[in-house]
Amino acid sequence: MLKITNLHANIGDKEILKGINLEVKPGEIHAIMGPNGSGKSTLSSVIAGREDYEITAGHIDFEGEDLSDLEADERAHKGIFLSFQYPVEIPGVTVTNFIKTAINETRKARGQEPMPANIMLKQMREKMGLLEIDSAFLSRSLNTGFSGGEKKRNEIFQMAMLEPKLAILDETDSGLDIDALRIVSNGVNKLKSDKNAIIVITHYQRLLDYIVPDFVHVLHQGRIVKSGDKSLAHELESKGYDWLKEEAAL
Amino acid sequence: MEALKDKLESSFLVLENELNGEAQSAVHALRREAFQRFLQMGFPSKRHEEWRYTNLKPILKPDYRIFPKEDTSVEFKDIKRFFLSDQDTYKLVFVDGVYSSWLSETTHQGFDVCTFSNMLHKYQDVSDAYFAKALPKDEALAAVNTAFAKEGAFIRIKKNITADKPVELLFVSTDHGHEIMTQPRNLVVVEENAEVTIIERHQSLSESAVLTNTATEIFALRSSRLNYYKIQNDNDTASLIDSTSIKQYRNSSVNMGTFSFGNKFVRNNLNFFLEEEHTESTLDGITIISEGQTVDHHTLVDHKVPNCYSDEMYKGIYDGNAKGIFNGKVMVHPHAQKTNAFQQNNNVLLTDKASIDTKPQLEIYADDVKCSHGCTIGQLDDEALFYMMSRGIPEKEGKALLLYAFANDALRNVKLPALRKRLNKQIANKLNVNLDFEL
Repeated sequence: MLKITNLHANIGDKEILKGINLEVKPGEIHAIMGPNGSGKSTLSSVIAGREDYEITAGHIDFEGEDLSDLEADERAHKGIFLSFQYPVEIPGVTVTNFIKTAINETRKARGQEPMPANIMLKQMREKMGLLEIDSAFLSRSLNTGFSGGEKKRNEIFQMAMLEPKLAILDETDSGLDIDALRIVSNGVNKLKSDKNAIIVITHYQRLLDYIVPDFVHVLHQGRIVKSGDKSLAHELESKGYDWLKEEAAL
Repeated sequence: MEALKDKLESSFLVLENELNGEAQSAVHALRREAFQRFLQMGFPSKRHEEWRYTNLKPILKPDYRIFPKEDTSVEFKDIKRFFLSDQDTYKLVFVDGVYSSWLSETTHQGFDVCTFSNMLHKYQDVSDAYFAKALPKDEALAAVNTAFAKEGAFIRIKKNITADKPVELLFVSTDHGHEIMTQPRNLVVVEENAEVTIIERHQSLSESAVLTNTATEIFALRSSRLNYYKIQNDNDTASLIDSTSIKQYRNSSVNMGTFSFGNKFVRNNLNFFLEEEHTESTLDGITIISEGQTVDHHTLVDHKVPNCYSDEMYKGIYDGNAKGIFNGKVMVHPHAQKTNAFQQNNNVLLTDKASIDTKPQLEIYADDVKCSHGCTIGQLDDEALFYMMSRGIPEKEGKALLLYAFANDALRNVKLPALRKRLNKQIANKLNVNLDFEL
């Protein structure tokens, strides 16, 4: 589904990603861990198509197609979803209207008719139940004045509505208390199927107790320095990152 | 400018000759006095502090006809689109400055929705009490309007009455193969504990230059409630100079909305005079203009007495080489304690050629007050745009949605659903996007 080959990316003159290789197949959950400043968020932004980064070498293929010439919205239309670490507040646009616009623009790009209002409403109700979201939430301005937990729940709610093939969850666990973490993780797990894939970007092993990864990769100084199964996450939790940094320095 | 001044001078003589008996009236004495003031002041130039950002010269240059020939060929179908849809309203329609009874829908049942000329003839007590009593004396164009004040809307909502329908004012200019200048004059009196909503539009049906120099005096008597909205969306050969002055009395509440999307040039002089305590005033504005357009807002909220509340919110979006001006003065007099006065002016420039001159002007001479002001000039938030695009919303729609949300705040006091719908649609049109919902 996703194939990243020797990816190098800069912001300004600074090289952040220095040769990433990663392959994600349908049905898989990958976790990307690593210390602060290792390039985790850059990697997610580059996949989603943020313009601030320049790809200097390598490429990203999604379902066999090179993504590099596609705008962020076109990538979304292909089924890529990025859950933001810091979801943006947009005063004046309600959650409902935002999701409605996102869904119908995506459908338009795929040559489909707009989703009928009653079906949209039904789906929203269903997915809100999944994430234990109150219906008053829908008429609030997007992320404006939301608590950290509400913002993250709103991200996963949008993911549920947009049904992406590949979801990248960037530090979705940050700012969540244990109950919110459980709700969000449950939501993600229920959306998971053998057709879609998830990349979980996180600092801590905690989230991976709920969303159990098939593969764990450790990112350090713009490279994946170690890959393994979920036991690697436990190892990191007990030993920290220092031993890997030392290993990488060798 | 001098040519137009001369022309107005000879036109004023013509007007006087046609008055016959009325020439001795108190109203005409005020006209004459106003005209003398205008002759002394002349048209304002850029040297004039209140006009330093706007050059009137090109607007005053065309050879305007002051008394256009009456055109009766306008039919309802020509102007239907300017009215609200799905909303029953009283209507006052003026064609080239002349009242059109067959296009209008008036009333005298419990309150008056009729013409200014009718008021002059029938209600001398009203003209004695209110005519030329609210507009400041030092505005040259308001003085011109007063000098030529003959026709326009007269709305009087009598004590304890809530008007059963909103009132729409429409001033149409038609094609004479010639430039024309009109001087509509409106008087609105909302009596004690009365309520009304009024919507005002000026529309040119002409290819030639049109200059509308309109003036409106509003009196919101005790405990009255007035919503007054101006839709300025005329074609690109039309210019509008609007002088509106409002006097508010105890416990009255006035919402004024100025929504500017069209015209070659618009100047709004909007003055609120708070005469008695415990009044509420809101001044909201949305300006969305593009290539070749100028909109100049000058507002004054004059807190003369204690315990009044005013809140002003003007939003502007400027594309192409559009030019915006916002000069918002709030004056708090020495004993106007416990004044609450808020003002904000937020602007987005979409190109390097677009410009906004914004000048918040707070003069506070009382010490126990709550006042704030703020102005911002910015571009669109890239992070918000990326967020939208990452959810599948294309750049163009994303930008429009952000601008829409940015401007939309200033519709906070538009309660009439048909008007909200109309304005939302106009905003979407102006942003060149089709959004299938109302925010």
